[in-house]
Amino acid sequence: MGEMIRATGLVKRYQKVEALAGLDLSVQEGRVLALLGPNGAGKTTAVRILSTLLKPDGGSAQVAGVDVAADPDGVRARIGLSGQYAAVDEYLTGYENLEMVGRLYGLGKQRSRERARELLERFDLAGAGDRPSKTYSGGMRRRLDLAGALVAEPPVLILDEPTTGLDVRSRQQMWGVIRELVSSGATLLLTTQYLEEADRLADEIVVIDHGRAIARGTADELKSQTGGERIEVVLTDVADRVAATAVLQAVAVGEVQADDNGRALTAAVDGGARALSGVLARFADDDIDVLDIGLRRPTLDDVFLSLTGRATADEASDAAATETTEEVPA
Amino acid sequence: MSAGPARAVTDGWIVAKRNLIKIKRVPEVLVFVLISPIMFVLLFAYVFGGAINPAGSVGYKEFLIGGIFAQTVVFGATFTGAGLAEDMQKGIIDRFRSLPMSSAAVLVGRTTSDVVYNILSLIIMALTGLLIGWRIREGVLDAAAGFLLLLVFAYAISWVMAWVGLLVPSVEVIQNASFIVIMPLTFVSNAFVPLESFSGALRHVVEWNPVSTLTQAARELFGNTDPRLPVSDAWSMQHPALYTLLWVVLILAVFVPLSVRQYQLSSSR
Repeated sequence: MGEMIRATGLVKRYQKVEALAGLDLSVQEGRVLALLGPNGAGKTTAVRILSTLLKPDGGSAQVAGVDVAADPDGVRARIGLSGQYAAVDEYLTGYENLEMVGRLYGLGKQRSRERARELLERFDLAGAGDRPSKTYSGGMRRRLDLAGALVAEPPVLILDEPTTGLDVRSRQQMWGVIRELVSSGATLLLTTQYLEEADRLADEIVVIDHGRAIARGTADELKSQTGGERIEVVLTDVADRVAATAVLQAVAVGEVQADDNGRALTAAVDGGARALSGVLARFADDDIDVLDIGLRRPTLDDVFLSLTGRATADEASDAAATETTEEVPA
Repeated sequence: MSAGPARAVTDGWIVAKRNLIKIKRVPEVLVFVLISPIMFVLLFAYVFGGAINPAGSVGYKEFLIGGIFAQTVVFGATFTGAGLAEDMQKGIIDRFRSLPMSSAAVLVGRTTSDVVYNILSLIIMALTGLLIGWRIREGVLDAAAGFLLLLVFAYAISWVMAWVGLLVPSVEVIQNASFIVIMPLTFVSNAFVPLESFSGALRHVVEWNPVSTLTQAARELFGNTDPRLPVSDAWSMQHPALYTLLWVVLILAVFVPLSVRQYQLSSSR
Protein backbone atom coordinates (compact mmCIF):
# COMPACT_ATOMS: atom_id res chain seq x y z
CA MET A 1 0.00 0.00 0.00
CA GLY A 2 2.95 2.32 0.53
CA GLU A 3 1.90 5.49 2.28
CA MET A 4 -0.52 4.76 5.14
CA ILE A 5 -0.87 8.22 6.63
CA ARG A 6 -0.65 11.41 4.68
CA ALA A 7 -1.52 14.89 5.87
CA THR A 8 -1.10 17.96 3.71
CA GLY A 9 -1.22 21.52 5.02
CA LEU A 10 -3.48 20.81 8.01
CA VAL A 11 -4.85 23.96 9.63
CA LYS A 12 -7.02 24.21 12.73
CA ARG A 13 -7.96 27.39 14.54
CA TYR A 14 -9.58 27.87 17.94
CA GLN A 15 -10.77 31.46 18.14
CA LYS A 16 -7.48 33.36 17.92
CA VAL A 17 -5.17 30.43 18.54
CA GLU A 18 -3.86 28.54 15.58
CA ALA A 19 -3.48 24.99 16.88
CA LEU A 20 -2.23 23.73 13.53
CA ALA A 21 -0.64 26.07 11.03
CA GLY A 22 -0.08 23.92 7.95
CA LEU A 23 1.21 20.56 9.13
CA ASP A 24 2.45 17.95 6.65
CA LEU A 25 2.94 14.33 7.66
CA SER A 26 3.69 11.10 5.86
CA VAL A 27 4.04 7.59 7.25
CA GLN A 28 4.94 4.59 5.14
CA GLU A 29 3.40 1.18 5.79
CA GLY A 30 4.90 -0.65 8.74
CA ARG A 31 6.78 2.42 9.97
CA VAL A 32 6.50 4.36 13.21
CA LEU A 33 6.32 8.12 13.23
CA ALA A 34 6.60 10.05 16.47
CA LEU A 35 5.13 13.50 16.70
CA LEU A 36 7.30 15.17 19.32
CA GLY A 37 6.45 18.46 20.93
CA PRO A 38 5.58 20.24 24.16
CA ASN A 39 2.06 20.71 25.52
CA GLY A 40 -0.04 22.81 23.18
CA ALA A 41 2.19 22.25 20.16
CA GLY A 42 -0.78 20.80 18.27
CA LYS A 43 -0.08 17.09 18.66
CA THR A 44 -3.48 16.18 20.00
CA THR A 45 -5.21 18.34 17.40
CA ALA A 46 -3.36 16.52 14.62
CA VAL A 47 -4.29 13.14 16.10
CA ARG A 48 -7.94 14.11 16.43
CA ILE A 49 -8.08 15.22 12.82
CA LEU A 50 -6.45 12.02 11.56
CA SER A 51 -8.84 9.92 13.61
CA THR A 52 -11.90 11.88 12.33
CA LEU A 53 -12.80 13.32 15.73
CA LEU A 54 -12.18 16.81 14.48
CA LYS A 55 -12.65 18.55 11.14
CA PRO A 56 -9.69 20.63 9.96
CA ASP A 57 -10.17 24.24 8.83
CA GLY A 58 -7.75 23.66 5.99
CA GLY A 59 -5.66 21.00 4.32
CA SER A 60 -6.43 17.35 3.73
CA ALA A 61 -5.56 13.98 5.15
CA GLN A 62 -5.71 10.37 4.04
CA VAL A 63 -5.40 7.31 6.24
CA ALA A 64 -4.82 3.92 4.57
CA GLY A 65 -5.70 5.62 1.31
CA VAL A 66 -9.07 6.87 2.59
CA ASP A 67 -9.81 10.58 2.86
CA VAL A 68 -10.83 11.64 6.41
CA ALA A 69 -13.27 14.26 5.16
CA ALA A 70 -14.86 12.27 2.31
CA ASP A 71 -15.22 8.93 4.09
CA PRO A 72 -14.78 9.24 7.85
CA ASP A 73 -16.38 5.84 8.46
CA GLY A 74 -13.95 4.23 6.06
CA VAL A 75 -11.12 5.72 8.10
CA ARG A 76 -12.68 4.63 11.40
CA ALA A 77 -12.84 1.05 10.15
CA ARG A 78 -9.09 1.14 9.46
CA ILE A 79 -7.70 2.81 12.56
CA GLY A 80 -7.31 2.05 16.22
CA LEU A 81 -7.08 5.10 18.48
CA SER A 82 -5.75 5.19 21.99
CA GLY A 83 -5.86 8.56 23.64
CA GLN A 84 -4.16 10.47 26.39
CA TYR A 85 -7.23 10.03 28.59
CA ALA A 86 -8.09 6.35 28.62
CA ALA A 87 -11.32 5.92 26.65
CA VAL A 88 -12.75 3.13 28.75
CA ASP A 89 -16.06 2.87 30.55
CA GLU A 90 -15.30 2.78 34.25
CA TYR A 91 -18.43 0.84 35.21
CA LEU A 92 -17.80 -1.92 32.70
CA THR A 93 -15.29 -4.66 33.34
CA GLY A 94 -12.23 -4.92 31.13
CA TYR A 95 -13.87 -7.79 29.29
CA GLU A 96 -17.15 -5.92 28.80
CA ASN A 97 -15.29 -2.87 27.49
CA LEU A 98 -13.45 -4.87 24.85
CA GLU A 99 -16.46 -6.97 23.91
CA MET A 100 -18.51 -3.81 23.39
CA VAL A 101 -15.83 -2.23 21.22
CA GLY A 102 -15.66 -5.42 19.12
CA ARG A 103 -19.42 -5.38 18.60
CA LEU A 104 -19.35 -1.72 17.61
CA TYR A 105 -16.58 -2.42 15.09
CA GLY A 106 -19.07 -4.92 13.66
CA LEU A 107 -17.08 -8.05 14.54
CA GLY A 108 -20.09 -10.08 15.68
CA LYS A 109 -20.82 -11.62 19.05
CA GLN A 110 -18.60 -14.71 18.85
CA ARG A 111 -15.54 -12.97 17.43
CA SER A 112 -15.87 -10.03 19.82
CA ARG A 113 -15.81 -12.37 22.81
CA GLU A 114 -12.78 -14.25 21.53
CA ARG A 115 -10.91 -11.04 20.81
CA ALA A 116 -11.74 -9.64 24.24
CA ARG A 117 -10.29 -12.71 26.00
CA GLU A 118 -7.25 -12.80 23.69
CA LEU A 119 -6.41 -9.17 24.29
CA LEU A 120 -6.90 -9.35 28.06
CA GLU A 121 -4.45 -12.23 28.06
CA ARG A 122 -1.96 -10.43 25.87
CA PHE A 123 -2.05 -7.22 27.88
CA ASP A 124 -1.61 -8.97 31.19
CA LEU A 125 -5.15 -8.10 32.27
CA ALA A 126 -6.69 -11.58 32.28
CA GLY A 127 -6.80 -11.69 36.08
CA ALA A 128 -8.56 -8.31 36.26
CA GLY A 129 -10.77 -8.87 33.22
CA ASP A 130 -13.94 -9.39 35.18
CA ARG A 131 -13.50 -6.44 37.50
CA PRO A 132 -14.98 -3.02 36.70
CA SER A 133 -12.21 -0.94 35.12
CA LYS A 134 -12.83 1.67 37.81
CA THR A 135 -10.72 -0.52 40.10
CA TYR A 136 -7.75 -0.54 37.69
CA SER A 137 -4.51 1.36 38.17
CA GLY A 138 -3.58 4.08 35.68
CA GLY A 139 -1.25 1.75 33.82
CA MET A 140 -3.86 -1.01 33.60
CA ARG A 141 -6.48 1.41 32.34
CA ARG A 142 -4.09 2.64 29.66
CA ARG A 143 -3.33 -0.91 28.58
CA LEU A 144 -7.04 -1.65 28.40
CA ASP A 145 -7.50 1.43 26.26
CA LEU A 146 -4.71 0.33 23.94
CA ALA A 147 -6.28 -3.13 23.77
CA GLY A 148 -9.50 -1.38 22.71
CA ALA A 149 -7.64 0.19 19.80
CA LEU A 150 -6.47 -3.26 18.67
CA VAL A 151 -9.77 -5.12 18.84
CA ALA A 152 -10.41 -5.04 15.10
CA GLU A 153 -6.71 -5.48 14.18
CA PRO A 154 -6.65 -2.20 12.27
CA PRO A 155 -3.75 -1.57 9.88
CA VAL A 156 -3.10 1.90 11.33
CA LEU A 157 -2.66 2.73 15.01
CA ILE A 158 -2.76 6.23 16.41
CA LEU A 159 -1.53 6.64 19.97
CA ASP A 160 -1.81 10.01 21.66
CA GLU A 161 0.80 10.31 24.42
CA PRO A 162 0.53 6.65 25.39
CA THR A 163 2.76 6.95 28.46
CA THR A 164 2.10 10.46 29.77
CA GLY A 165 1.31 10.28 33.46
CA LEU A 166 2.48 6.69 33.91
CA ASP A 167 5.07 5.63 36.45
CA VAL A 168 8.40 4.28 35.25
CA ARG A 169 7.42 0.64 35.46
CA SER A 170 4.13 1.09 33.61
CA ARG A 171 5.95 3.13 30.99
CA GLN A 172 8.50 0.39 30.39
CA GLN A 173 5.68 -2.13 30.12
CA MET A 174 3.82 0.08 27.64
CA TRP A 175 6.96 0.46 25.54
CA GLY A 176 7.30 -3.30 25.41
CA VAL A 177 3.73 -3.67 24.21
CA ILE A 178 4.12 -0.98 21.56
CA ARG A 179 7.38 -2.45 20.26
CA GLU A 180 5.65 -5.79 19.91
CA LEU A 181 2.87 -4.20 17.87
CA VAL A 182 5.36 -2.59 15.58
CA SER A 183 7.23 -5.81 15.01
CA SER A 184 3.94 -7.42 13.94
CA GLY A 185 3.80 -4.92 11.08
CA ALA A 186 1.37 -2.21 12.19
CA THR A 187 1.78 1.34 10.96
CA LEU A 188 1.92 3.65 13.92
CA LEU A 189 1.64 7.34 14.61
CA LEU A 190 2.38 8.30 18.18
CA THR A 191 2.68 11.61 19.93
CA THR A 192 4.96 12.18 22.85
CA GLN A 193 6.59 14.82 24.98
CA TYR A 194 9.60 12.62 25.64
CA LEU A 195 12.55 12.50 23.31
CA GLU A 196 13.57 9.23 24.90
CA GLU A 197 10.25 7.66 24.02
CA ALA A 198 10.44 8.82 20.41
CA ASP A 199 14.02 7.57 20.30
CA ARG A 200 13.07 4.10 21.51
CA LEU A 201 9.94 3.56 19.46
CA ALA A 202 10.04 5.62 16.30
CA ASP A 203 11.68 5.18 12.91
CA GLU A 204 11.16 8.83 12.22
CA ILE A 205 10.46 11.89 14.32
CA VAL A 206 8.66 15.10 13.47
CA VAL A 207 9.22 17.86 16.01
CA ILE A 208 6.30 20.25 16.12
CA ASP A 209 5.87 23.62 17.71
CA HIS A 210 3.02 26.11 17.36
CA GLY A 211 1.24 23.76 14.98
CA ARG A 212 4.14 23.52 12.55
CA ALA A 213 6.84 20.96 11.89
CA ILE A 214 10.17 22.51 12.87
CA ALA A 215 12.39 19.48 12.28
CA ARG A 216 12.15 15.99 10.86
CA GLY A 217 14.42 13.03 10.76
CA THR A 218 15.53 9.91 12.56
CA ALA A 219 16.39 10.05 16.22
CA ASP A 220 20.08 9.97 15.29
CA GLU A 221 19.74 12.84 12.88
CA LEU A 222 17.96 14.93 15.48
CA LYS A 223 20.51 14.08 18.10
CA SER A 224 23.38 15.03 15.90
CA GLN A 225 21.71 18.42 15.52
CA THR A 226 21.14 18.62 19.23
CA GLY A 227 24.35 17.01 20.31
CA GLY A 228 24.19 13.67 22.06
CA GLU A 229 24.27 13.32 25.80
CA ARG A 230 24.78 16.12 28.27
CA ILE A 231 27.41 16.52 30.92
CA GLU A 232 25.96 18.43 33.84
CA VAL A 233 28.22 19.89 36.46
CA VAL A 234 27.46 21.70 39.69
CA LEU A 235 30.52 23.51 41.01
CA THR A 236 31.42 23.76 44.66
CA ASP A 237 32.94 27.18 44.15
CA VAL A 238 31.60 29.68 41.62
CA ALA A 239 35.12 31.03 41.25
CA ASP A 240 36.03 27.93 39.22
CA ARG A 241 33.43 28.79 36.61
CA VAL A 242 35.75 30.11 33.92
CA ALA A 243 38.23 27.27 34.27
CA ALA A 244 35.48 24.63 34.32
CA THR A 245 33.79 26.13 31.28
CA ALA A 246 37.07 25.94 29.38
CA VAL A 247 37.46 22.23 30.23
CA LEU A 248 33.91 21.47 29.13
CA GLN A 249 34.15 23.59 26.00
CA ALA A 250 37.03 21.41 24.82
CA VAL A 251 34.72 18.38 24.52
CA ALA A 252 31.41 20.17 23.89
CA VAL A 253 29.30 20.31 20.76
CA GLY A 254 28.16 23.93 20.62
CA GLU A 255 28.21 26.41 23.49
CA VAL A 256 28.46 25.40 27.15
CA GLN A 257 25.34 26.61 28.96
CA ALA A 258 25.47 28.10 32.45
CA ASP A 259 22.56 28.71 34.80
CA ASP A 260 21.86 32.13 36.26
CA ASN A 261 24.23 32.02 39.22
CA GLY A 262 26.93 30.27 37.19
CA ARG A 263 27.35 27.21 39.36
CA ALA A 264 25.57 24.71 37.15
CA LEU A 265 27.08 24.11 33.71
CA THR A 266 25.72 21.97 30.89
CA ALA A 267 27.61 20.80 27.83
CA ALA A 268 26.32 18.69 24.96
CA VAL A 269 28.93 16.07 24.09
CA ASP A 270 29.36 13.35 21.51
CA GLY A 271 31.57 10.91 23.33
CA GLY A 272 29.29 10.14 26.28
CA ALA A 273 31.05 8.31 29.11
CA ARG A 274 34.47 8.76 27.57
CA ALA A 275 33.99 12.52 27.44
CA LEU A 276 32.84 12.45 31.04
CA SER A 277 35.90 10.61 32.31
CA GLY A 278 38.12 12.99 30.37
CA VAL A 279 36.43 15.95 32.01
CA LEU A 280 36.74 14.37 35.46
CA ALA A 281 40.49 13.86 34.93
CA ARG A 282 40.99 17.47 33.85
CA PHE A 283 38.94 18.75 36.82
CA ALA A 284 41.20 16.72 39.15
CA ASP A 285 44.33 18.11 37.49
CA ASP A 286 43.08 21.68 37.80
CA ASP A 287 41.74 21.26 41.36
CA ILE A 288 38.18 22.05 40.39
CA ASP A 289 35.76 20.65 43.01
CA VAL A 290 32.26 19.62 42.03
CA LEU A 291 29.17 18.98 44.11
CA ASP A 292 27.64 16.91 41.40
CA ILE A 293 28.54 15.73 37.95
CA GLY A 294 26.68 13.41 35.63
CA LEU A 295 25.74 12.35 32.16
CA ARG A 296 22.18 12.54 30.94
CA ARG A 297 20.36 11.90 27.70
CA PRO A 298 19.09 14.93 25.80
CA THR A 299 15.50 15.82 26.58
CA LEU A 300 12.86 17.51 24.52
CA ASP A 301 13.99 20.73 26.14
CA ASP A 302 17.48 20.27 24.71
CA VAL A 303 16.08 19.56 21.25
CA PHE A 304 13.93 22.63 21.52
CA LEU A 305 16.72 24.77 22.80
CA SER A 306 18.91 23.84 19.90
CA LEU A 307 16.14 24.11 17.29
CA THR A 308 14.40 27.24 18.47
CA GLY A 309 16.81 28.83 20.89
CA ARG A 310 14.23 28.74 23.68
CA ALA A 311 13.06 26.21 26.22
CA THR A 312 9.67 24.56 26.11
CA ALA A 313 8.86 25.77 29.61
CA ASP A 314 8.48 29.35 28.33
CA GLU A 315 5.29 28.31 26.66
CA ALA A 316 3.71 26.53 29.55
CA SER A 317 1.06 29.18 30.05
CA ASP A 318 -0.24 29.61 26.50
CA ALA A 319 0.28 25.93 25.87
CA ALA A 320 -2.05 25.10 28.75
CA ALA A 321 -4.66 27.42 27.27
CA THR A 322 -4.50 25.73 23.88
CA GLU A 323 -4.64 22.26 25.32
CA THR A 324 -7.74 23.15 27.32
CA THR A 325 -9.47 24.36 24.18
CA GLU A 326 -8.57 21.14 22.46
CA GLU A 327 -10.09 18.98 25.12
CA VAL A 328 -13.51 20.62 25.29
CA PRO A 329 -15.68 17.95 23.65
CA ALA A 330 -18.79 19.98 22.94
CA MET B 1 -21.09 9.30 9.79
CA SER B 2 -22.44 5.84 9.58
CA ALA B 3 -25.87 5.66 8.08
CA GLY B 4 -28.55 3.01 8.12
CA PRO B 5 -31.38 2.66 10.61
CA ALA B 6 -30.47 -1.02 11.05
CA ARG B 7 -27.01 -0.14 12.40
CA ALA B 8 -28.57 2.57 14.57
CA VAL B 9 -30.75 -0.10 16.19
CA THR B 10 -28.09 -2.80 16.66
CA ASP B 11 -25.37 -0.36 17.76
CA GLY B 12 -27.94 1.51 19.87
CA TRP B 13 -28.82 -1.69 21.68
CA ILE B 14 -25.15 -2.39 22.40
CA VAL B 15 -24.81 1.08 23.94
CA ALA B 16 -28.08 0.59 25.84
CA LYS B 17 -26.72 -2.61 27.36
CA ARG B 18 -23.65 -0.68 28.47
CA ASN B 19 -25.92 1.89 30.17
CA LEU B 20 -27.90 -0.85 31.88
CA ILE B 21 -24.75 -2.49 33.23
CA LYS B 22 -24.19 0.72 35.15
CA ILE B 23 -27.48 0.17 36.96
CA LYS B 24 -26.17 -3.19 38.05
CA ARG B 25 -22.85 -1.74 39.24
CA VAL B 26 -24.28 1.38 40.91
CA PRO B 27 -27.63 0.21 42.29
CA GLU B 28 -27.84 3.34 44.45
CA VAL B 29 -28.91 5.28 41.36
CA LEU B 30 -31.82 2.94 40.89
CA VAL B 31 -32.91 3.24 44.50
CA PHE B 32 -33.30 7.00 44.17
CA VAL B 33 -35.00 6.70 40.81
CA LEU B 34 -37.56 4.40 42.36
CA ILE B 35 -38.03 6.10 45.70
CA SER B 36 -39.05 9.45 44.27
CA PRO B 37 -42.17 8.11 42.48
CA ILE B 38 -43.25 6.41 45.69
CA MET B 39 -42.80 9.70 47.48
CA PHE B 40 -44.82 11.53 44.87
CA VAL B 41 -47.70 9.09 45.15
CA LEU B 42 -47.76 9.23 48.94
CA LEU B 43 -47.19 12.97 49.27
CA PHE B 44 -49.85 13.97 46.80
CA ALA B 45 -52.35 11.43 48.01
CA TYR B 46 -52.03 12.25 51.69
CA VAL B 47 -50.91 15.89 51.73
CA PHE B 48 -53.16 17.32 49.02
CA GLY B 49 -55.64 14.47 49.01
CA GLY B 50 -57.68 16.01 51.77
CA ALA B 51 -57.65 19.54 50.40
CA ILE B 52 -58.45 18.74 46.79
CA ASN B 53 -61.32 16.46 46.12
CA PRO B 54 -62.48 17.03 42.60
CA ALA B 55 -63.95 13.77 41.54
CA GLY B 56 -66.66 12.85 43.96
CA SER B 57 -66.97 9.12 44.16
CA VAL B 58 -63.73 8.27 42.43
CA GLY B 59 -61.77 10.27 44.96
CA TYR B 60 -58.62 12.25 44.62
CA LYS B 61 -56.27 9.30 44.98
CA GLU B 62 -57.74 7.58 42.00
CA PHE B 63 -57.85 10.81 40.03
CA LEU B 64 -54.29 11.56 41.02
CA ILE B 65 -52.56 8.36 39.97
CA GLY B 66 -52.88 8.98 36.22
CA GLY B 67 -51.42 12.46 36.73
CA ILE B 68 -48.53 11.19 38.83
CA PHE B 69 -47.72 8.53 36.27
CA ALA B 70 -47.62 11.16 33.53
CA GLN B 71 -45.63 13.62 35.59
CA THR B 72 -43.08 11.05 36.72
CA VAL B 73 -42.32 9.60 33.31
CA VAL B 74 -42.00 13.10 31.86
CA PHE B 75 -39.62 14.09 34.67
CA GLY B 76 -37.70 10.90 33.96
CA ALA B 77 -36.51 12.46 30.72
CA THR B 78 -34.19 14.64 32.78
CA PHE B 79 -32.29 11.45 33.34
CA THR B 80 -31.74 11.08 29.62
CA GLY B 81 -30.33 14.57 29.35
CA ALA B 82 -28.12 14.15 32.40
CA GLY B 83 -26.84 10.75 31.27
CA LEU B 84 -25.96 12.10 27.87
CA ALA B 85 -24.33 15.26 29.20
CA GLU B 86 -22.25 13.02 31.45
CA ASP B 87 -21.35 10.71 28.57
CA MET B 88 -20.14 13.62 26.48
CA GLN B 89 -17.61 14.58 29.15
CA LYS B 90 -16.17 11.11 29.53
CA GLY B 91 -13.26 9.54 27.70
CA ILE B 92 -15.44 6.74 26.40
CA ILE B 93 -17.14 9.12 23.98
CA ASP B 94 -13.82 9.46 22.10
CA ARG B 95 -13.79 5.71 21.69
CA PHE B 96 -17.35 5.77 20.33
CA ARG B 97 -16.52 8.57 17.93
CA SER B 98 -13.50 6.79 16.55
CA LEU B 99 -15.44 3.59 15.81
CA PRO B 100 -17.25 2.88 12.54
CA MET B 101 -20.59 2.76 14.38
CA SER B 102 -23.87 4.53 13.76
CA SER B 103 -23.73 8.15 14.83
CA ALA B 104 -27.23 7.78 16.28
CA ALA B 105 -26.22 4.83 18.46
CA VAL B 106 -25.21 6.78 21.57
CA LEU B 107 -28.57 8.61 21.50
CA VAL B 108 -30.63 5.54 20.65
CA GLY B 109 -28.83 3.63 23.39
CA ARG B 110 -29.44 6.29 26.02
CA THR B 111 -33.13 6.82 25.21
CA THR B 112 -33.66 3.04 25.10
CA SER B 113 -32.05 2.32 28.45
CA ASP B 114 -34.17 5.08 29.97
CA VAL B 115 -37.30 3.21 28.84
CA VAL B 116 -36.18 0.49 31.23
CA TYR B 117 -35.99 3.05 34.05
CA ASN B 118 -39.50 4.21 33.20
CA ILE B 119 -40.87 0.68 33.14
CA LEU B 120 -39.41 0.08 36.58
CA SER B 121 -40.74 3.32 37.99
CA LEU B 122 -44.22 2.65 36.54
CA ILE B 123 -44.27 -0.78 38.20
CA ILE B 124 -43.24 0.72 41.53
CA MET B 125 -45.79 3.52 41.26
CA ALA B 126 -48.59 1.14 40.28
CA LEU B 127 -47.84 -1.08 43.25
CA THR B 128 -47.76 1.90 45.60
CA GLY B 129 -51.01 3.12 44.05
CA LEU B 130 -52.68 -0.24 44.55
CA LEU B 131 -51.58 -0.24 48.19
CA ILE B 132 -53.26 3.09 48.89
CA GLY B 133 -56.49 2.22 47.14
CA TRP B 134 -56.03 2.96 43.43
CA ARG B 135 -57.78 0.44 41.22
CA ILE B 136 -57.78 -0.40 37.52
CA ARG B 137 -61.44 -0.39 36.61
CA GLU B 138 -61.25 -1.15 32.89
CA GLY B 139 -59.92 -4.28 31.15
CA VAL B 140 -56.37 -5.50 31.33
CA LEU B 141 -55.79 -4.60 27.68
CA ASP B 142 -56.98 -1.05 28.25
CA ALA B 143 -54.67 -0.72 31.22
CA ALA B 144 -51.76 -2.13 29.20
CA ALA B 145 -52.52 0.42 26.49
CA GLY B 146 -52.46 3.11 29.16
CA PHE B 147 -49.01 2.08 30.37
CA LEU B 148 -47.77 1.79 26.80
CA LEU B 149 -48.96 5.29 25.96
CA LEU B 150 -47.14 6.63 29.03
CA LEU B 151 -43.92 4.90 27.93
CA VAL B 152 -44.18 6.06 24.33
CA PHE B 153 -44.75 9.65 25.33
CA ALA B 154 -41.88 9.47 27.82
CA TYR B 155 -39.66 8.11 25.06
CA ALA B 156 -40.47 11.11 22.86
CA ILE B 157 -39.72 13.57 25.69
CA SER B 158 -36.44 11.70 26.23
CA TRP B 159 -35.33 12.79 22.78
CA VAL B 160 -36.13 16.43 23.62
CA MET B 161 -33.97 16.19 26.73
CA ALA B 162 -31.29 14.32 24.79
CA TRP B 163 -31.01 17.35 22.56
CA VAL B 164 -30.86 19.66 25.59
CA GLY B 165 -28.26 17.35 27.15
CA LEU B 166 -26.04 17.80 24.10
CA LEU B 167 -26.40 21.59 24.19
CA VAL B 168 -25.50 22.16 27.82
CA PRO B 169 -21.88 22.27 28.93
CA SER B 170 -22.29 20.17 32.08
CA VAL B 171 -24.52 17.81 33.98
CA GLU B 172 -25.37 20.45 36.60
CA VAL B 173 -26.95 22.73 34.01
CA ILE B 174 -29.29 20.02 32.77
CA GLN B 175 -31.21 19.88 36.06
CA ASN B 176 -32.11 23.56 35.83
CA ALA B 177 -32.68 23.47 32.09
CA SER B 178 -35.09 20.60 32.41
CA PHE B 179 -37.03 22.32 35.17
CA ILE B 180 -37.74 25.21 32.84
CA VAL B 181 -39.21 22.82 30.26
CA ILE B 182 -40.81 20.18 32.40
CA MET B 183 -42.25 22.06 35.37
CA PRO B 184 -44.69 24.22 33.39
CA LEU B 185 -45.48 21.32 31.09
CA THR B 186 -46.63 19.13 33.96
CA PHE B 187 -48.11 21.75 36.27
CA VAL B 188 -50.09 23.68 33.67
CA SER B 189 -52.03 20.50 33.05
CA ASN B 190 -54.81 18.47 34.57
CA ALA B 191 -52.30 16.12 36.22
CA PHE B 192 -52.90 17.34 39.76
CA VAL B 193 -55.94 19.59 39.58
CA PRO B 194 -59.09 19.20 37.51
CA LEU B 195 -59.40 21.04 34.24
CA GLU B 196 -62.36 23.01 35.64
CA SER B 197 -60.11 24.88 38.02
CA PHE B 198 -58.41 26.68 35.12
CA SER B 199 -60.19 29.54 33.37
CA GLY B 200 -59.84 31.72 30.31
CA ALA B 201 -56.83 31.40 28.06
CA LEU B 202 -54.98 29.19 30.52
CA ARG B 203 -57.75 26.63 30.24
CA HIS B 204 -57.12 26.36 26.49
CA VAL B 205 -53.45 25.85 27.13
CA VAL B 206 -54.25 23.09 29.59
CA GLU B 207 -56.69 21.44 27.19
CA TRP B 208 -54.13 21.29 24.39
CA ASN B 209 -51.12 20.48 26.58
CA PRO B 210 -50.08 16.91 25.64
CA VAL B 211 -49.38 16.13 29.30
CA SER B 212 -53.08 16.83 29.98
CA THR B 213 -54.21 14.55 27.20
CA LEU B 214 -51.73 11.89 28.28
CA THR B 215 -53.14 12.10 31.80
CA GLN B 216 -56.70 12.09 30.49
CA ALA B 217 -56.00 9.07 28.26
CA ALA B 218 -54.38 7.20 31.15
CA ARG B 219 -57.38 7.93 33.41
CA GLU B 220 -59.79 6.75 30.75
CA LEU B 221 -57.82 3.58 30.03
CA PHE B 222 -57.50 2.76 33.73
CA GLY B 223 -61.17 3.59 34.29
CA ASN B 224 -60.40 6.39 36.72
CA THR B 225 -62.63 9.10 35.26
CA ASP B 226 -65.75 10.25 36.99
CA PRO B 227 -68.89 10.30 34.79
CA ARG B 228 -70.33 13.14 36.84
CA LEU B 229 -67.50 15.53 35.96
CA PRO B 230 -68.08 17.83 33.00
CA VAL B 231 -66.30 16.64 29.86
CA SER B 232 -64.18 19.11 27.95
CA ASP B 233 -65.37 19.68 24.40
CA ALA B 234 -61.88 20.46 23.04
CA TRP B 235 -60.95 17.97 20.29
CA SER B 236 -57.72 17.11 22.12
CA MET B 237 -59.59 16.10 25.26
CA GLN B 238 -62.19 14.23 23.26
CA HIS B 239 -59.50 12.07 21.63
CA PRO B 240 -56.74 12.19 24.23
CA ALA B 241 -54.86 9.03 23.17
CA LEU B 242 -54.83 9.92 19.49
CA TYR B 243 -53.86 13.54 20.19
CA THR B 244 -51.02 12.39 22.47
CA LEU B 245 -49.73 10.02 19.81
CA LEU B 246 -49.75 12.85 17.27
CA TRP B 247 -47.46 14.75 19.64
CA VAL B 248 -45.22 11.73 19.97
CA VAL B 249 -44.83 11.53 16.20
CA LEU B 250 -44.24 15.27 15.92
CA ILE B 251 -41.65 15.36 18.71
CA LEU B 252 -39.74 12.38 17.33
CA ALA B 253 -39.83 13.77 13.78
CA VAL B 254 -38.26 17.01 15.02
CA PHE B 255 -35.96 15.95 17.82
CA VAL B 256 -34.45 12.70 16.52
CA PRO B 257 -32.78 14.39 13.51
CA LEU B 258 -32.04 17.51 15.57
CA SER B 259 -30.29 15.50 18.30
CA VAL B 260 -28.33 13.33 15.88
CA ARG B 261 -27.19 16.46 14.09
CA GLN B 262 -26.18 18.07 17.38
CA TYR B 263 -24.23 14.94 18.34
CA GLN B 264 -22.34 15.03 15.06
CA LEU B 265 -21.63 18.74 15.44
CA SER B 266 -20.30 18.41 18.95
CA SER B 267 -18.22 15.49 17.74
CA SER B 268 -16.36 17.30 15.05
CA ARG B 269 -15.71 20.73 16.50
